[in-house]
Amino acid sequence: MTEEIVVVPTGTANLASVRSAFTRLGASVRLARGPSDVLEAEFVVLPGVGALRAAIDQVDALGLREPLRLRVEEQRPTLAICLGFQMLCAASEESPGALGLGCIDREIERFGSDLRVPHLGWNDVEPGPGSFLEPGQAYFAHSFLLRDVPEGWQVARTEYGSRFVSAVQRGAVLGCQFHPELSGSYGERLLGRWLQNSREALRC
Amino acid sequence: MLKVRLIPCLDVDGDRVVKGVKFQDLRDSGDPVERARTYLEAGADELVLLDVSATLEARENALATVARVRSVLSIPLTVGGGVRSVRDASRLLEAGADKVAVNTAAVENPDLLNQLAARFGSQCVVLSVDAARRDAGRFEVCTRSGSRETDREVADWCREAVARGAGEILVTSIDRDGTRSGYDLELLRLVSDAVQVPVIASGGASSSRDLVDGVRSGASAVLAASILHDGDATIASLKGDLASAGVEVRR
Repeated sequence: MTEEIVVVPTGTANLASVRSAFTRLGASVRLARGPSDVLEAEFVVLPGVGALRAAIDQVDALGLREPLRLRVEEQRPTLAICLGFQMLCAASEESPGALGLGCIDREIERFGSDLRVPHLGWNDVEPGPGSFLEPGQAYFAHSFLLRDVPEGWQVARTEYGSRFVSAVQRGAVLGCQFHPELSGSYGERLLGRWLQNSREALRC
Repeated sequence: MLKVRLIPCLDVDGDRVVKGVKFQDLRDSGDPVERARTYLEAGADELVLLDVSATLEARENALATVARVRSVLSIPLTVGGGVRSVRDASRLLEAGADKVAVNTAAVENPDLLNQLAARFGSQCVVLSVDAARRDAGRFEVCTRSGSRETDREVADWCREAVARGAGEILVTSIDRDGTRSGYDLELLRLVSDAVQVPVIASGGASSSRDLVDGVRSGASAVLAASILHDGDATIASLKGDLASAGVEVRR
């Protein structure tokens, strides 16, 4: 069966890369136009590059804040990538005053000033037990980070200067600080497992 | 730990890969999609595609080439060459680039860097600098494929570009480009000391030894074209040598 992936157009995202990654996995991709698309879709992807405020403003302009929050709360198949992942949090040092989705009650921080930033390139992803994340190397491109997560999320960590959260998973919700769509075969396997895992969750 | 990236660079004229020496004498060097797929499978960490098309028609073809390369590529794609406006960048990103590299237009209109960073984020904006060695260890920024001199000193320009929003710097030695005489290590040290964003070394790589030297001179990533296109080295052999020299690479 061909999965249909509904992608939230955050205005600044590298949509072509996300689209081609899912196309290679045999899924079809279309953009969300409004709340019902996000509420009704089996699979939703929240991508994002750039600054948090512009992206979250776009989500609000499309009326997608509550639909997205609901999906994550209900652990329905939802993949948040890079800035999309950061948007799951409550706020970010990058855009003071901008309100994140608040699914993860934490604030995004800046990298230490002694590091080359953006943290740009391939780095090791080290998952803790209990998730479908696997150890490997993934492609990162970000200047802000999530230090830790509340109870209830499976977590993978990565080291750059210090350790930070590089992915979270709960049910069929997957959030990645790295770009699975740009992470070669590691990323392809992860996207494939997310689809597989989500299909099983949808059947329950 | 963050890995050093090995980045093949494809110079594209319309729908063909070309490669020259010191930016001149371009030779046909294959089909971009074939090349991209080969390098992906061989373990490239990222791909840079520089559009060197001379005509408007070729430029449109190059845009289609970006889309075709994207469809097979599951690693990051940086595209540069002739990006003069936010609209140009936007078209490339929509076609499938993950980052855009700007060179001449940024020198002639530095505010373009601010505009690109504001619109797409710094991680999307690569400043490409073509540097020419002058007397007394001075490096000068050149534009228009190396044909035009500017008054700008390379380190000053890089600092300004980063302050304006460039998230990465691709520094090419014009004197070394395509000559296989090694990167200009003094140039790399100058730039990597001047800025705190990642620096990509380019121009002159002939062997894994050169790549190791580039990394030791502060580069976060190393670009290679001639030696890969001509089959004198493979990604695997270069990465093997880098690892043996104690450089962290993705395997």
